Amino acid sequence: MYAFDYQRPGSVNDAKAALSGDARYLAGGQSLIQAMKLRLSSSERLVDLGGIADLKTIKVDGGNVVIGAMCTHAQVAMSADVQRACPALAELAGGIGDPMVRNMGTIGGSIANADPAADYPAGLVGLNATVHTNQRTIPADAFFTGLYETALKPGELITAVSFPMGAKAAYVKYKQPASRFALVGVFVSQGNGGVRVAVTGAKSSVFRATEIEAALTKSFTPEAAKAVKLPTTDINADMHASAEYRAAMVSVMASRAVAAALAR
Amino acid sequence: MTDMSTPPVSAIGQSLRRREDQRFLTGAGQYTDDVVMNRQTYGVFLRSPHAHARIKSINLDKAKAAPGVVDIFTGADLAEAKVGGLPCGWLIHSKDGTPMKEPAHPVLAQGKVRHVGDQVALVVAESVTQGKDAAELIEVDYEELPAVIDLKAAAGGATAVHDDVAGNVCYDWGHGNKDAVDAAFKSAAKVTTLDIVNNRLIPNAMEPRAANASYTRHDDSYTLYVANQNPHVERLLMCAFVLGLPESKVRVIAPDVGGGFGSKIFLYPEEVALVWATKRVGRPIKWTAERSESFLTDAHGRDHVTKAELALDAKGTFLAMRVSTIANMGAYLSTFASSVPTILYATLLAGQYKTPAIYAEVKAVFTNTAPVDAYRGAGRPEATYVVERLVEQAARDMKMDPAAIRRQNFITEFPYATPVGLTYDTGNYAAHLDKAMQMADVAGYPARKAASAAKGKKRGLGYSCYIEACGLAPSNIAGALGARAGLFEAGEVRVNPTGTVTVFTGSHSHGQGHETTFAQVVAAKLGIPVENVEIVHGDTGRVPFGMGTYGSRSLSVGGTAIVKAVDKVIAKGKKIAAHLLEAADTDIEFENGVFKVAGTDKSVPFGSVSLTAYVPHNYPLDKLEPGLNENAFYDPTNFTYPAGTYICEVEVDPETGKVVIEQFVAVDDFGNIVNPMIVEGQVQGGIAQGLGQAMMEGCSYDPESGQLLTGSYMDYAMPRASDIPNLKISNVVTPCTHNPLGVKGCGEAGAIGSPPAYINALTDALGVKDIAMPATVERVWRAANNVA
Repeated sequence: MYAFDYQRPGSVNDAKAALSGDARYLAGGQSLIQAMKLRLSSSERLVDLGGIADLKTIKVDGGNVVIGAMCTHAQVAMSADVQRACPALAELAGGIGDPMVRNMGTIGGSIANADPAADYPAGLVGLNATVHTNQRTIPADAFFTGLYETALKPGELITAVSFPMGAKAAYVKYKQPASRFALVGVFVSQGNGGVRVAVTGAKSSVFRATEIEAALTKSFTPEAAKAVKLPTTDINADMHASAEYRAAMVSVMASRAVAAALAR
Repeated sequence: MTDMSTPPVSAIGQSLRRREDQRFLTGAGQYTDDVVMNRQTYGVFLRSPHAHARIKSINLDKAKAAPGVVDIFTGADLAEAKVGGLPCGWLIHSKDGTPMKEPAHPVLAQGKVRHVGDQVALVVAESVTQGKDAAELIEVDYEELPAVIDLKAAAGGATAVHDDVAGNVCYDWGHGNKDAVDAAFKSAAKVTTLDIVNNRLIPNAMEPRAANASYTRHDDSYTLYVANQNPHVERLLMCAFVLGLPESKVRVIAPDVGGGFGSKIFLYPEEVALVWATKRVGRPIKWTAERSESFLTDAHGRDHVTKAELALDAKGTFLAMRVSTIANMGAYLSTFASSVPTILYATLLAGQYKTPAIYAEVKAVFTNTAPVDAYRGAGRPEATYVVERLVEQAARDMKMDPAAIRRQNFITEFPYATPVGLTYDTGNYAAHLDKAMQMADVAGYPARKAASAAKGKKRGLGYSCYIEACGLAPSNIAGALGARAGLFEAGEVRVNPTGTVTVFTGSHSHGQGHETTFAQVVAAKLGIPVENVEIVHGDTGRVPFGMGTYGSRSLSVGGTAIVKAVDKVIAKGKKIAAHLLEAADTDIEFENGVFKVAGTDKSVPFGSVSLTAYVPHNYPLDKLEPGLNENAFYDPTNFTYPAGTYICEVEVDPETGKVVIEQFVAVDDFGNIVNPMIVEGQVQGGIAQGLGQAMMEGCSYDPESGQLLTGSYMDYAMPRASDIPNLKISNVVTPCTHNPLGVKGCGEAGAIGSPPAYINALTDALGVKDIAMPATVERVWRAANNVA
């Protein structure tokens, strides 16, 4: 790790003011610190968002559950509000990494990093969530724009994510055997806005499997999902799985997610 | 003085808790990295980013000027100081009689780098961070060369890893009677053939390699703390073959060591560089591998490509076996690399069977990858994988029951001389097969298979009847086979005046629990409480000598040396007791910690005898030296032959390729058992390691660039607890016939026996002849769905 300066502001405005020059926000550090330890990443200054109490709350607001950007995965998983309003999301959070990661990593940090195999992006897109920043609101469908890329502008800070309640939903993750990240993770929901099937781990960024959504719109059954054979276009291939296998697993995991959603 | 009023029950056979765990679990362990010396400096190695390159120039100017840099050394410094390369401890001769090729194995690169991670320079700095900063400022001008990565293409390839080894072949070795085998194949009713790969593994000891070297001008001596399995061997190799130092001036300490699995047997360049450099800088230098360095530079394991054939008669009797293997040595010959795919491999190809004729040929090749050497089992897992996959396939080809074909061919009379050079002293292979089949409820398997099929799942059952040669080794036999070292063990038993005992052993514990097991043996022999026995190991300054721990040899060889020293203590104690009891030496018996005159009630306890030995006021000083301190060296007369039957039952989900191990039964014959709990732990760990190899572990290099693709836990899949089922473990006992404890060794069995059991079960479930290890979910999915 290279040397760096460290700041821990107490408010969003102070955080924004601190972010000048070669500086980065630190929002749990479960990816950034690892990269820094390997000397793959360096910054002159880290601005730790962990001191901003406003970003650590979970509340139910009308038809939405609103999760502060600095809520840890463990906090979301254990939240009675999230468990009641959106059990699939609580389960997703409880399945991220291991207990140490869940006690440090945050929802804001995870979606800002936009790892192609992270779980939260599937949850956001699968539930048609809205990302709140210190400047605007961004629909989840427009937030994730590519490999480790989001719609965030330089210095823009995520403050919260709001999830519509009431959908029938489930997330099923098929783990890569070494990292235990999602080899393929599928979040399925059936709510007021229709059926959503959001897939992580299979392309450079989270995406909606529209073929499976169409099939499930006709018949919200495991069989309908399983019968869809996805094209392998743009599907990731690496030493852990070919595109062909990943594509096949998207349909299988979608069918299992439908079964889990129906069993709720 | 020890209270002898309640003689303890014999400690042998008791599942005593591991006494060393208290310190390990409470953070009181003392590992190499915990050692901080006065005026400590830190070593950082600059490593090659290329698999194969010529070093055109190295510029140290900027790096030497960096803050905190004490000094920087390269290969040129070592060449100037006439420091040679690392030796290989085992000489193999090719079929044509020529000795194996032994290209130089430099401590720091000499003109060329030959694998990613090859060490180019040693930076000595005030801190690790400053050392790393400086290493980044070293300017190395590399001329990249084509890399030799693919094992099958290495032999005879245009690119040479070493300029003096054209064609990259280290040796082309043959073993067994080729003519007899070829003749048997001609007359066979059936020939079963398999092409299999034994996948390359990265050891992943929990504690990474580490060393801390210091030099003192006071007596011109060196001390090396090092994470190592055999400190005396380390010292011998380093002093005699590389640095030219007298052993009397070098002390090697391997303190608490967090796992080895073979990877810490070897003499590595890093520790040699540290010992050489510490005198140059006049300060202690410590280096602890980062996990990335461990992946790149710990000696890897396995990596064989094999064609195997079994000839059978019409009734399924084995007539002959023919095996042809290519084995990867990596870029350099590591300490015992040459012996692994030869002496420790081909000699085990008889397995548990009466196959009358066996021939194996092994071609060892150099590649631009990390060195490959012994890894838990070392050669014997590879042999067992060949034999047990082949036998299972033969049963399928012959449409015979896989247990029946094994039983029909079992060796049943002992001693048995195999056609590949070993003599099995004892065993009862049907006994562990029977017991395992009963524990696995093989009779109920068809119903379970049908139940799986009804759920859309595929179920399979696989056997593995393994044998291994442990207790390495009779030195004269090993020497005749090319070993450049002895393989005895040493032990010293120091009885303290008050009757406590300090035992010094040349074996080394890095997870095996010797401090408990050996204490149980000594306590039982002397009839004293286990708490009164202290085990000291891992320090050339304290232990008389030692060959260390590997090859499941510690109890059978190291334990026997201790027993022999204890016997000497008892013999001397009898003389002292005879004097105290005014009887003849020959009338004294020793039992449960008490010396007595046979047939009388006259006795004296062990503690009184030990006190008398050190306070010799009433003592036969004219006939007997004072003191009670004996040592012994033990060289075994044969290997030991642990054997067992493993049965694995799996269920495959064809939709995903996910495999669930429904049950895993292990019945081992380790001879007599001193601590059943520790033995069970060794079996559990070994099986987890073997199943890791079969299910998910696999080292992978980019075939073009030679970059290590599985360079971290993000990509190298280690088994977790959730991947391993609750194991059903039991044992049968046929005591070893040639050591006094009747023990055989248990450390490697699990890793040896489990991969073929798993793959046999999986291929049975899938109805395929082969599936490559690691049998990843995608490979299983493809096989289950006939996707090419």
